[in-house]
Amino acid sequence: MLQRTVPIIILCASGAIMVLAYFVTAAVSWSETVNVWFNVLAAVAFVLGAGNLLKVNLEKISSQRPGWGYSAITLAAFFFMLVVGLFKVGAIPDSKYPGVRLAGNYETPASPYGWTYEYVFSPLTSTMFAMLAFYVASAAFRAFRAKNTESILLLATAFIILLAQTAAGMFLTGWIPEDSAFAFLRLDWMKVAITEHIQTAGMRAITIGIALGVAATSLRLILGVDKSYLPRGGGAA
Amino acid sequence: MNRALLARLNDLDRRWIFLAMGLSIAIPILLKLRFPEYPGPMARATFDAVEAVPEGSPVLISFDYDPASAAELQPMASALVHHCASRKLKMVFMALWPLGKQQADRTIESVLKQFHPGYDYGTDYVQLGYQSGNEGVIKLMATNVPEQYKTDAAGTATSTIPLLASVRDLSAFKLVASVSAGYPGAKEWVQYGNGPMPDAFSIVGGSTGVQVSQLLPYYPKQMEGMLVAVKGAAEYEMLVEEKYPIDKPDVIGQGRVRMGPQLVAHLLMIALIVLGNVAMIASRNRGGAR
Repeated sequence: MLQRTVPIIILCASGAIMVLAYFVTAAVSWSETVNVWFNVLAAVAFVLGAGNLLKVNLEKISSQRPGWGYSAITLAAFFFMLVVGLFKVGAIPDSKYPGVRLAGNYETPASPYGWTYEYVFSPLTSTMFAMLAFYVASAAFRAFRAKNTESILLLATAFIILLAQTAAGMFLTGWIPEDSAFAFLRLDWMKVAITEHIQTAGMRAITIGIALGVAATSLRLILGVDKSYLPRGGGAA
Repeated sequence: MNRALLARLNDLDRRWIFLAMGLSIAIPILLKLRFPEYPGPMARATFDAVEAVPEGSPVLISFDYDPASAAELQPMASALVHHCASRKLKMVFMALWPLGKQQADRTIESVLKQFHPGYDYGTDYVQLGYQSGNEGVIKLMATNVPEQYKTDAAGTATSTIPLLASVRDLSAFKLVASVSAGYPGAKEWVQYGNGPMPDAFSIVGGSTGVQVSQLLPYYPKQMEGMLVAVKGAAEYEMLVEEKYPIDKPDVIGQGRVRMGPQLVAHLLMIALIVLGNVAMIASRNRGGAR
């Protein structure tokens, strides 16, 4: 009962209210309540995520699997940020409430939490993202080959976009008048044609397909046809 | 092609490629290379959408990215805030990404406080911060902003903040801008924010290059303006700076600064692709000739 019927009732009621609120003004306040529940659950998911991070990494450390040292660093960093953030360690006292330590500002770089964010976390994540450029360059040399018609089309498109996304596009073809019969040879013109016509047309088709799929799946869930999210076997029902 | 050269090309150590890419980015940065940019229709549409908002109107700016994407998105966020402040618009900052609040704080410090010191917290701008719930946050804000944000990021009750006193739902804002690196972001603002009330406010978005294909179907009807990657930021910066010049262009001009390395890196990529294909064709011909 608790494991199957109650979740079905909650889901069906919540889903029906959200749909109803779109058409009936009186149901808007109900949908707001459902939304608040959803947002609270999303916050709880962070706690579950932290628990999962602990479980996975502790298992790896205790069994000393390859790379367990990285797990140890992950957990050390996790606990450090958790403690300095949660207890506002070294927070700068608030001018209005100087005696209340927890009222202090802990996000400024002058406090341990803010400093770690600004000078450790932020550069590290930026570095990870920036490293993509190196791998993309290596992949471009090794894998981007004109082996057949499709790959030649892909290569041509890549060249146009790569050039048009920089000043090189205007330097090479900017001299062609925009209102001339040869305007289609301008790289910026070609970029717009590719992104706003070819790419958008394809993406629109995908988006509509996804939307229909989401609508169908949602309907199946709300009507109780799809119960795949429930625990298998019925449990203590 | 010379057999030895071909062999060297085919066995090229990827560390040489990494070095070439590193130099192609480092040299333009060190030499502060700048190239002329020509504002495209998307950047112009974004500029016009902000210009169309009446002076003193409230606008909502959502920082939906984290430091990983800041290199690409921060320049446009800075230019957007400078533009809104120059137009004397009231700004409400928020974030759908956990670290978006910190990005908004950075922008407030580096742009708003530096170039618009007359902007007062509570009456001219408010920092609402991050709330969990992704599109759920937008959905609730669409009908009830005070229910979603009972306090601002500092814990002050929103009911006591003058700028938010009259804000009931999203229709209170004339413009919603989302600078986003993915989910949740500009797409969700269109679907859940603008969807139920398409005529209530305009939406403009800034996005990373890889995310743009997801947003293109919404431009220009649901999204009035769109800034795509560093190129979009650079074009927008030019338009903003042309009308609202600032004495320290390095803060607002970061998009154009980053276009220098981007140009050289793109040319290197093209060269590498050509080189790789030449090596492939030469190897194929040599194999066929045997």
